[in-house]
Amino acid sequence: MSDEQTFLDALSARGTRRGAEPTWIAARRQAGAARFEALGFPTRRDEAFKYTDVRTIARGDFTLAQDAQDLAPLSPATAAALTLPLEALRLTFVDGIFAPELSDLAALPAGVSVEPLSEALADNHEAVGGALGRLAGVDFSPFTALNTAFAEEGAVIRLAPGSVVETPILVQFLSRANATPLMSHPRVLIEAGARSQATVIEHQVGEEEAANFSNLVSEVMLERGAILTHYKLQEASLKDLHVSSLHIDQGRDSRFTSFNLNLGGSLVRNDIVADLNAQGAETNYYGLFFAQGRQHVDNHTLVNHNAPHTFSNENYKGILGDRAHGVFNGKVVVRRDSQKIEAHQSNANLLLSDRAEIDTKPELEIYADDVKCSHGATTGQLDEEAIFALRARGIGEETARGLLTLAFAGEVMEQVVLDAVAERVERTVAGKLPERFNLAGLVEVAAALDEE
Amino acid sequence: MLEVKDLHVTVEGKEILKGLSLTIQPGEVHAIMGPNGAGKSTLSAVIAGKDGYEVTSGTITFEGKDVLEMDIEERACAGLLLGFQYPVEIPGVKNIYLLKAALNAQRAARGEDEMPAPDFMKLVREKIKFMKMDSSFLQRAVNEGFSGGEKKRNEILQMLLLQPKLAMLDEIDSGLDIDAMKVVADGVNSLRDANRAILMVTHYQRLLDHIVPDVVHVLVDGRIVKTGGKELALELESRGYEWVLEESAA
Repeated sequence: MSDEQTFLDALSARGTRRGAEPTWIAARRQAGAARFEALGFPTRRDEAFKYTDVRTIARGDFTLAQDAQDLAPLSPATAAALTLPLEALRLTFVDGIFAPELSDLAALPAGVSVEPLSEALADNHEAVGGALGRLAGVDFSPFTALNTAFAEEGAVIRLAPGSVVETPILVQFLSRANATPLMSHPRVLIEAGARSQATVIEHQVGEEEAANFSNLVSEVMLERGAILTHYKLQEASLKDLHVSSLHIDQGRDSRFTSFNLNLGGSLVRNDIVADLNAQGAETNYYGLFFAQGRQHVDNHTLVNHNAPHTFSNENYKGILGDRAHGVFNGKVVVRRDSQKIEAHQSNANLLLSDRAEIDTKPELEIYADDVKCSHGATTGQLDEEAIFALRARGIGEETARGLLTLAFAGEVMEQVVLDAVAERVERTVAGKLPERFNLAGLVEVAAALDEE
Repeated sequence: MLEVKDLHVTVEGKEILKGLSLTIQPGEVHAIMGPNGAGKSTLSAVIAGKDGYEVTSGTITFEGKDVLEMDIEERACAGLLLGFQYPVEIPGVKNIYLLKAALNAQRAARGEDEMPAPDFMKLVREKIKFMKMDSSFLQRAVNEGFSGGEKKRNEILQMLLLQPKLAMLDEIDSGLDIDAMKVVADGVNSLRDANRAILMVTHYQRLLDHIVPDVVHVLVDGRIVKTGGKELALELESRGYEWVLEESAA
């Protein structure tokens, strides 16, 4: 049996159990399945997967949580230990299944709706059908095709025009250590109305021994003047497999900021694609990937400047230890009539071991002549002179290395507004520091003393 | 307090120190002078624990402890602090954090609690004022974009905060104009007391006008060939090193 057939069989088994669905959904599933079957899993002969071998996924035998037997519920204590300690509107999925008892949407402000996909479909499936799949069609990759074939749960977030949500919206995907490896294909849909504003966090996290496969597809639509900050905090277990694609469609004067923070997972592949479709649209990609052991993390980003006067900025930092392997591919495409655009891109990598590996490739495709573009990629090691200088003041070696590693991530981490997120990253990247690296409080004291 | 006995050090297979001995008592200020390549910087680097220096024989003890057995950070915590000739830039690490992390590490090594933030800030503010540095330096990355003089002041600022028992200053005067020299010298002089010692490595007599040493050593070709009082520095300034060499050869 081919690798693909295992997945197609799981799909048809699920189909018979699931029962009747609206025609459009059934049609999409079919299209997704057909496309997946035709494409097959990518191999390293495919340019987009040149450095990433997905055979561990293809050859896996994953069961959908919906079809798995004897799954014990996740204890609230475990869930509490995994969740981000911050005030948030919470939507929780355990191995892809909505967990109302771990969700909290009581404080939803007016003009904002946050629902599990299953409920949004039950309420008004036609309202979902118009938007879902508009940005991530089955042709994007075999994984989006697979997601389209399987998707039945996820999050639907809608912001009415002018609505501003101060509290972050946290969509968390918890992965459990199960007897049989599970798979999930969650789908996230975010529709931000004109001049609306919100922060959405997608958080992958799980039990230490979890060894599941999640295949996430997110679609984000920003109407005129909408401002959306998107965090993807990927802290999956070191045995989890994770593939995601994030697709953003931007209207006039909209602003999208992505924080793609990857700490966990054994095999991780993220694609981010933004289409800047009207002037004044701005997109910012900030990324940090930290991998050790034999972790593999691959980030592919793409910005399409489809209109004049659009702006993009990208800064990715990679930190790789042991025998970890990182991939960064950042592409910027400027269409022929997209004059007066600005696109900046940078990727810097820190190798903490001789056996760590990074493959980095910035790509610019420019078909307009009046543009301002820059890109660069660097790779280096920790500065031993600086480590000595810190130790020569009494700072222990581990702390010195941690400090310098965090300092390397500084340009990206400085942009992270949410302390709870920054702390998770700092702790993972720097190990145990004697105190918080972020000295905002201390700096304030300094400033106050200055003013005396 | 510091005792260096018959120290032999090689760098990349080449012997730089060839049997150097030196004793420093609390309260003393020592200056080591000598021509380029004599091994002046090697001595303080070896005491601080810098990589790339191989001690082939000899001993270094500080307050009775074997320095060569100690980690770099242990030496600093024991009170041995080196002021660098070329302070390294550390992008992304704020000066204030270096100061706080270093002080906390040294306090922890002595079994003391962290200093509360307001006390710490008060202390830092007092010291930075003394060094005539703007407090904006605290929030900048360590030495990044600092001028030569600013880097040296920053070294002394760290000394003032950490209060080493033995401050070693490697060519702290190089690249300083006269105003900066005075500020640096004032900083160093403020450290002088009966329980502390200072070891200066310098090429020029000029520094010694501002930080007057008790003992002056002449280091030539890996050995101390002459030791005298502060007047020896003046003599070296006017007569050069040749006569010392001839005298020691005789």
